[in-house]
This record gives sequence, C-alpha cells and structure tokens, in this order.
Amino acid sequence: MSHQPVAVVGIGQTHHKKRRGDVSIAGLVREAASRALEDANMDWGDIDAVVLGKAPDLFEGVMKPEMFLADALGANGKPMFRVHTAGSVGGSTGIVGSHLVGAGRHKRVLSVAFEKQSEGNAQFALGGGKGGSIGAGGAFAPFIRAYIRRSGAPEDVGWKVAVKDRQNGAKNPYAHLKLADITIDKVRESPMMWDPLHFLESCPSSDGACAVVFTDEDGGKAASKPPAWVLATAMKSEPSTFAGRDPVSPLGAHMCSAEIYKQVGITNPREQIDCAELYVPFSWYEPMWLEAHDIAAPGDGWRMTADGDTELTGSFPVNMSGGVLSSNPIGASGLLRFAEAALQVRGQAGDHQVPDAKLALAQAYGANAQFFAMWAVGSSLDPLG
Amino acid sequence: MPRSESDIAIVGYAISPMLRRTDQTETMMMLPVVAGAIKSAGLTKDDIGFTVSGSCDYLSGQAFSFVSNVDAYGAWPPINESHVEMDGSFALYEAFVRLLQGDIDTAVAAGVGKNSNSDPSTLYTIEMDPYYLTPLGADPWSLHALQYRALLDSGKATERDVAELVARNRASAKENIHAQVSGDYDVDELLAADYIRTPLRRHDLPPITDGCAAVVLARGQKAYELCERPAWITGIDHRIEPHLPTLRDLTTSVSTTRAAKGAGLAAGPVEVAELHAPFSYQELILAESLGLGADTQINPSGGALAANPVMATGLIRMIEAAKQIIENGKRRTLAHTTSGPCLQQNLVAILEGDE
Repeated sequence: MSHQPVAVVGIGQTHHKKRRGDVSIAGLVREAASRALEDANMDWGDIDAVVLGKAPDLFEGVMKPEMFLADALGANGKPMFRVHTAGSVGGSTGIVGSHLVGAGRHKRVLSVAFEKQSEGNAQFALGGGKGGSIGAGGAFAPFIRAYIRRSGAPEDVGWKVAVKDRQNGAKNPYAHLKLADITIDKVRESPMMWDPLHFLESCPSSDGACAVVFTDEDGGKAASKPPAWVLATAMKSEPSTFAGRDPVSPLGAHMCSAEIYKQVGITNPREQIDCAELYVPFSWYEPMWLEAHDIAAPGDGWRMTADGDTELTGSFPVNMSGGVLSSNPIGASGLLRFAEAALQVRGQAGDHQVPDAKLALAQAYGANAQFFAMWAVGSSLDPLG
Repeated sequence: MPRSESDIAIVGYAISPMLRRTDQTETMMMLPVVAGAIKSAGLTKDDIGFTVSGSCDYLSGQAFSFVSNVDAYGAWPPINESHVEMDGSFALYEAFVRLLQGDIDTAVAAGVGKNSNSDPSTLYTIEMDPYYLTPLGADPWSLHALQYRALLDSGKATERDVAELVARNRASAKENIHAQVSGDYDVDELLAADYIRTPLRRHDLPPITDGCAAVVLARGQKAYELCERPAWITGIDHRIEPHLPTLRDLTTSVSTTRAAKGAGLAAGPVEVAELHAPFSYQELILAESLGLGADTQINPSGGALAANPVMATGLIRMIEAAKQIIENGKRRTLAHTTSGPCLQQNLVAILEGDE
C-alpha cells in the first residue's frame, strides 16, 4: 500500500504586522482561511476537517485555543486537530493536513497556523513564564559562532542574507517588514543583539496566520487554478542537549532532507530543486541549512550566499517570500515556508516568482535546532520526469 | 474478517502509577512508560517507525514543555516524531494516519499530564474564549454544574441515577491497579454530601492526577508478529462542536454521535465501552448519544472518576478497551475521549479482536 497523491489547491495568508489590533485571534485565522478557500474556489462547507497549528499557548495566554477557534474556522461538526511541534509546527500542520488526504481519511482538509505575538510577550513565555530568558537569538548565536569558526566564512555573509531577504520581502504584499532600501551598511551599523547577530539580522515579532487547502488527485486535477503536488514529507526530532549531537549541522536535519530527496528521486538537490524556503530566523541560518540539508557541501553554504546564488535571480533562490526575516508569526512561520514553495510551483508568487519553478523545497525547524519538518512540492507529480 | 496491510491494531501498552502528586517531571514520568509499552510489544526503540505524544504546556506550567519529553524516547539517532496539544488518544489518531502512509509499520503514541501543578478552577478558565468567557472566570465547576443542571431539568436523569453511577465506577475501580479513587460507597451517603456548585458534589468531580500512558500500534501482518490477539482499530473519528456552551444543547452530545457514526459503531454491538466522562453525569449523556444499551458494560476500569491524568485519560480509555480484547477475549469494544468545556470535542474508536 502507499498513500494517494495530495494537491495544494488553496493558499491564504494575512498581512503580517507587528500588531494586528484590528482583528481578534479568531479574526486573524479566519482572514487567512477565507483567502485560502477563495483561492481554492471553495466554501466552508466543502472542508471535511481542520488542522490547527501554533507555537506555545503561553504566547497568547489562551490554553488550547483551537477549542474557541472551532467556530471561526467553520469546524463545527467536523474533526478539528491541534498540532504543536515548536518552531517547526507550521510545517507539521501542513504535513498532518496532507496526510489526512493522502491516507484517504478526507477529501478536503484545511490546515491553518497562526501566532498573534502582540497578545503576549514571547520572550517572557520562552523563559517558561518564570522570568527572563536568553531568547531564540541568544540560544542560536553560539551555534552560529561555531559555524563561522568552522567554515571560515567572512562576516558579511550574514549581512547579505539580511539584505537579500528584506529585498525579497519588499516584493511580497503580505510581508511584515518592507525594507526595500536596506543596505549592507545599515545591517552592519544596526545594534549588536547576540554576537554576531545585529538587529537587522534578526526576525521580527509578527501577528499573522497562514492557511492551506489540500485535496486528492481528482480534486487537484479539477482545480480552477494550477495545484501544487505534495511529493514528499518528513519530520525528524532529536534531543535538545546530548554530547553526541552536532547542533550546528544536526543529524536530524541531514536525515530529514535525505528522506525527502529519496522520496522524490532527487540525487543532486542543488541542480534539481528550483528554489527553497528555509526557516531562517537569523541571517546565518541560510548557509547553515544549505549545508545541513546537503544542498551545499560542508563549508560551502556561505559561498552560495556570497556569490549571490540564493538571490531571487540566482541559480538557487532561497526565501523568495522574504522568509522568517521579513515576517515571523512564529506558529505560522513554518506553514508560510511550505505555502510559498507551493505558490512558486503554482506560478502564483507574483513579484517574487522564480520563473518556471517546477520543484520547490520547504523547511521549518524548532526548539534547540532539533525538530525538523520538510516537504517538496511540484508543478506535476513527476517534475523530474 | 481477514486483516489487510491497511489495518492497524494496538499491540502493546503501559500505564504509569496514578498519583495525586509526583515530584517527577513529565519526561521522568514518560521514560519508563514509553519504554514499557515498547517492551510489551517485544520491540526496542529502534524498531519504532513513528512516535507522537499529547501533552499541554499549561498543565506542566512551561512553554515548549514537550521538547524535553523527546528525551523519554531515546531519540538518537533522530526519529520520526510529532506532538499534539491534545489528549494522547489524538496522538494515537495522528499515529494511525501516519501508519496509513504505508512506509512504516509500527508507531508509539503517548499522553502525559502533570495535573498537580495547577488549580483546575483557575487554569481551565483560560481554556475558554479569551474575549467572552475567560473574563467571566468561567471555571469548570461552574460550567459543568450548569450542564448537570440542564440534564436534570431535561428529566433524563436524577441525582440518584448519577450517585449510583459514581458508586458503580468506584466499585469497578477496586479491580483496577491504576485507580486513584476506588471503593464501596453507599448511594444515600453520596447523596447526603454537600454541593460544591449545585447540583455538583465533590464525588461528581474527577480526581486530580499525575500520570501518563503509551501504546504501540502496528500495521497489517506486523501486528500478528507482535501480539497474539491484536486489538484492531476498525474505526476512529473525532468531531468538535461550537465552543460557547450557550450555543449547544448540553443534555446531548452531537459530536459524540457523529464520531461514533464515522467510527462505524452501528455495524454491531459493543461489549465494553470505556467512556471519558470526567464529570460523573456526563457518562449518561455519552451513553445516550452513543445509543449504548444494557448489553454494553460501561467503564469496568472505573473511568475518569477513578483517575484523570488530563492529556492521558482518553488514551487510557483506549488502552482499557484494547485490554478487553487482548487480555479478556472480548470481540468488540469502544473507547471515547472528550476535550473542552461540557463535552465540546469527542473522539470515538471501535476496537475488534479476531473471531
């Protein structure tokens, strides 16, 4: 036995902002879900099941918010499922939704992920609500320093990622940050947050949501707009702290992408994949993930960035949407990566479209760089054929 | 009925001690239980294709609490893993769907709750709609007293009916080594107890429990290799209803009826039903919504009134229903989980043993 083909036929997201004071949490998720249904040419009644993902409930101060969001997401009388896998949760939310269709459980599934960071204080919540915390930047900076020392990368690589992703974000109507006039100098001169990360090399705190509609092969073929086909999914986890793990280039990251490449038949990811959305909340994670997902050889990820290969017009565009550096509604950030990959192979990415993208990769990671969720989507079921 | 490679069964399980309070962390509670479940199926951790757990940050009192629980799986080399902010029975559902992808044939699903960290009367107010209900301090005692009152007013049940089921559950729990509350109780004495929120009495509430549980699932022929008499999950479905209790008829459970239909309950009688009814009277609402008759034994384990490790209580219903097949030779049993205020969300699974 094997699972059935799954198609992405609807994608919606909110305008991401520092504070969406104009909508409630319910209004926020409904905005994204409504856009996804409109894109899919469907109505609420067409959806068989809803999957909701978000990062810790402590971020908004609402325990198991899917219970009260059932109404806003039209889930009454239907199955409603709640996923939480740390920063990778948006990706897991997409994967679980696609599996419900792939397993033949449902014909049409709506996956929604959100975070309304302005409702609370993520930094406080990250510390377990028990006081101060070093925050995500403080947690990842040591891994980044280790990467720089190991690879010998020049210091401007991080600045280049920061500039490139914000320039891409300026092309994305939904992005939180639109810093079209950002420059290397501005990044370098912005305050140092967690050495070597400057303020402009860090992700924003955003309110936002993302929604994706999945359907089966018949539904995908009958869709009014081109579908994106889910070619492979994978999730890997490893312990937070363990003397045998390499948090700079985690084994789980290598295994996760290896599983994707095997399922799709990718033997040379750098050449065969047209573009990628990688979870890069801090600039240096672009070269680090290029290496940890074996797109670049060890020590070569930064060269791809330095040479401009990862720019929108480069040979391997990364984070065409502007990435997490341009919008970071934490729980939704993973699904936004997955959705952008799907938009690209559907040819619907507007000003940040990679011409003729047929095969796109998306990734999200979480916690202490230990949870990984990935998928590959294609413009057809056999984009390499 | 011959089983196919897309049929999935419970083939192993373990349940922790059920305690009013433990000094252990969730991770410490889970470690022997996950290992025990895997061992009960004759496997080692490296044999497991997918692992998923259910837990709740607000119960453990910390954001990302499930992250350290990965240590309970021995996740090295890295494993296929997921987590739901739901009862462990929903983790089982994700594992069930994951197995249907066809590339793996075993999975572990766990649920863990360290309920002693918090006071339910304050904690569960923030499980409610944050705009309309949390500010009212809508706590579970008050909400469930309203539901109980609605049931009494409907004429479907009396306080004596409810006291009788409390006495029955506690008596049944005497045989359950995992029970926290058990014993012989006189119905008249129960009825003489004070109300804590009219018409709720203290014995109508679930105990506060620290505990966890884990199951091993196997697909197709693999299930027969691991278990002499697998408990096949022939149907599983879950449904949710409007959140605001005022938008629902609280004396019935439409979502339970729908989930039971989706799970295929109507295909035949069930000998045993393990119902997740944390508030005593809810067992009556559930039994009616499922259409269970006198030929179905309800909660021989004592149910959630015997032990209620929230986030694992539903998975324990699944284990108890599976044990009836695996150990007691029953043919067809039912397991149920509820979540949210006044039975907002419900899951129903039908388990079957071979002829």
